Amino acid sequence: MSIEVRIPTILRQYTGGEKAVDGSGATLAELIDDLESRHAGLRGRLVDEKGLRRFVNVYLNDEDVRFLGGLETSVKDGDNVTVLPAVAGG
Amino acid sequence: MLRIDRTTYDQIVAHARRDHPDEACGVVAGPAGSDRPERFVPMLNAARSPTFYEFDSADLLALYREMDHRDEEPVVIYHSHTATEAYPSRTDVSLAQEPGAHYVLVSTREPDHTEFRSYRIVDGEVAEEEVEVVETFSGEAPTSPNEESVPR
Repeated sequence: MSIEVRIPTILRQYTGGEKAVDGSGATLAELIDDLESRHAGLRGRLVDEKGLRRFVNVYLNDEDVRFLGGLETSVKDGDNVTVLPAVAGG
Repeated sequence: MLRIDRTTYDQIVAHARRDHPDEACGVVAGPAGSDRPERFVPMLNAARSPTFYEFDSADLLALYREMDHRDEEPVVIYHSHTATEAYPSRTDVSLAQEPGAHYVLVSTREPDHTEFRSYRIVDGEVAEEEVEVVETFSGEAPTSPNEESVPR
């Protein structure tokens, strides 16, 4: 068992074109660190020094993790994580 | 070049007019790889602002789930400018994260004329492209190359 992470088009350059990759960890931060170990560069596109990037949305199952615990959100085997870039502008 | 059918074009303009003076936004989804904008999906501007737009985060997830399910992609991502020209702002460029999409900008700054222009935005580079409005995609034969072109 592991956690499936769905990767948007613009970040598939870090996953060899894969739409979804598997990872593990007890929190979202650990999961992202685990992904970074195999998909170098991905972490920097998801987080900055302040936490999750403002215009990247990360969902645990159906919920935006901003409304859960952000990077400290607990995750477990069998969960689904979806990464989607915000669609936004001025 | 963006090829778009008349009905969808009119729907985008109508949405922009309806939400004026706030910015309107949405996508036109199409079969993956087809480059054909077929399914008009107006979105809520969660920012409800005359100078900013952002898809609501829950709506965004629902939209991408549905497109995945239907094997579609966002062929067009559109939004309006309500006081300035239909050209991507610096914010538009820095936040553009769908390199495969046609970014359509509509300006409603003039009450009786709506500017409708399209761009590719890749790695911070903006390239304007022609817009060809076709009556319908069925049959797929462009009548004459320039007849339906939209003046810039």
